[in-house]
Amino acid sequence: MKKNKNKLAGLQKRKAISGYLFIAPFIIGFLVFMIKPFFQSLYMSFCEVTLGGGSFEQAWIGLSNYVFTFTVDPDFNRLLVEQFSAMMVDSVAIMVFSFFVALILNQKFKGRALVRAIFFLPVILSSGVIIGLETDNALMAQISASIEETTSNISITDSIEEILRTAGVGVRAFEKVFEIIDKIYDIAIASGIQIIIFLSGLQTISASMYEAADIEGCTAWESLWKITFPMISNLFLVNWIYTIVDYSMRSDNDVMDKISIVMIQQLQYGLASAMSWIYFLIVIVIIGISSLLISRGVYYYD
Amino acid sequence: MTKKAKMKDKSNSFWERNRKSQGYLLKKTIMKYAVSICRFILLFGMCFMILQPILNKISVSFMTQDDLYNPIVISIPQHFTTENYILTNELIDYTHTVMNSFWIALTIAIVQVAMGTLVGYGFARFEFPLKKFWFACVMIVILIPPQTISSSLHLHFRFFDIFGIFKMITGESINLRGSVIPYYLMSFGCMGLKNGLYIFLIRQFFRNIPKELEEAAYVDGCGTLKTFVRIMLPDAKPILTSCFLFAFVWQWTDGFYSKMFLGGTTLVSTELARLSDKLGAYIQRIMGIKTTVSVAYSNCIVSTGTLMIIMPLIVLYLFAQKGFVESLSSSGIKM
Repeated sequence: MKKNKNKLAGLQKRKAISGYLFIAPFIIGFLVFMIKPFFQSLYMSFCEVTLGGGSFEQAWIGLSNYVFTFTVDPDFNRLLVEQFSAMMVDSVAIMVFSFFVALILNQKFKGRALVRAIFFLPVILSSGVIIGLETDNALMAQISASIEETTSNISITDSIEEILRTAGVGVRAFEKVFEIIDKIYDIAIASGIQIIIFLSGLQTISASMYEAADIEGCTAWESLWKITFPMISNLFLVNWIYTIVDYSMRSDNDVMDKISIVMIQQLQYGLASAMSWIYFLIVIVIIGISSLLISRGVYYYD
Repeated sequence: MTKKAKMKDKSNSFWERNRKSQGYLLKKTIMKYAVSICRFILLFGMCFMILQPILNKISVSFMTQDDLYNPIVISIPQHFTTENYILTNELIDYTHTVMNSFWIALTIAIVQVAMGTLVGYGFARFEFPLKKFWFACVMIVILIPPQTISSSLHLHFRFFDIFGIFKMITGESINLRGSVIPYYLMSFGCMGLKNGLYIFLIRQFFRNIPKELEEAAYVDGCGTLKTFVRIMLPDAKPILTSCFLFAFVWQWTDGFYSKMFLGGTTLVSTELARLSDKLGAYIQRIMGIKTTVSVAYSNCIVSTGTLMIIMPLIVLYLFAQKGFVESLSSSGIKM
């Protein structure tokens, strides 16, 4: 018995060593580039950092950076609340939109490859600096405003909006929906990757399932909820996490802007660290709680 | 097969068959066409919405200054000109900048994907102590906003040292800011732009490859490394292409890391961010007096610059479209 165990341990040991060799680049990188800045920025958030010529000094001031952020700074609380409430609404909208588009793009029709290519284009064209330029381009805003103006009389969404507003049923809920519809462009360009992930999931569902359901008298609507939904429910989790991570790290993000202004223009490294740690912790908590909730509903086929 | 063959088989008209099926065929056909018309309208609208900003930019980039202020001109320029392109080319030193960006993005992407493959394979196929802990670290790297640690990374590279070795030898720590070395080092250490994501994707892919393939290789006397190179790598081609293309594109447009680590090199992303300031300086130099550039004109130049900078990406996308879309969707990522 003991001998057997030893033998196994030898093989396992060899495997473990090669495993460690494979992930060595990550470990080294993590230790050299991540651990130190990680803890240093945590430490700095409790310090007053002054930059002198040639070196910098940190003086421990306890929680006062955090206190300052929450009680004195005029913008931070507001930005934080705005950011996270917008994130919740938008992320749900992105999930629904991308699921819907993936369902359509999974059907067979002419020009499918072209449409897929177009839907995926924003992943490439609106990353990094380009999206920042897009948001403060007054000329483009002007052009779209003038287009909107000339077409405002024939806009279907406007008239529907008008009718529903005057009907006065559930106005608050409708307002949210209209808000999302107005932002549909932002949602569409933010959901490229999610569409692809959903598509990849849809392609793995075997057609025989749908056939069986069809023979048993299942309508398309029912098979959407009974087959498609459970089969790709694990991708909802992946997509949800990706959406939140992506959303909270976008470069046109107000909180991030605020942090970099505090850091680069006002040179308050300690305060900036405290702010970004607050932000980071909230994002982690949101991801943790929501993925726990979603993972309860996930159905694993095998 | 299908329709025509069936028609010939039965050799009776549509209405005949419809009658036999008690109206079911007619209903089915109408439904089919209605669905495809709805789908067409929806998709056309959404595609147009996505493409519209690019089309707008194209039309604006060919306008003269007069056209920009002319309220009648909206999308088709009255005085067609390529002046904007010439000016932008001069302002951002196009060829030089694109070559710079190209080399950086290419090398960084190769390094990132190579390292991601090694690490992803290690996580997917080996059992070792603390595996869960290290994978949690990968998740932290994905989740942590670079801005959170940027302030201390800033200082880390400003006063760079490895355990005080350099300080002992030269008495000074090294200032690595403004050079490209730190960024390459970080990419080698899997800490570059979105590097954790590539590790994650590649790991998920390797996990889905059947284990028997590998075991067969081991039984036949293949070593660990040889198995990896000869058996696993060729299988992983689709996911590697996808990751490489993503790494390239995201590096190309990235502003954050470029500004922080590659400030000394002229790159398309940093040049684009500075374009409107440069235009102001240029106009001042030409006019000889202190003036401000009109908002419309500077936005027009920025649009032109954006177009010129995404042009290589569009070309790349046209050629490697399959690599972007199909290979990622066929690789079957699972949680």
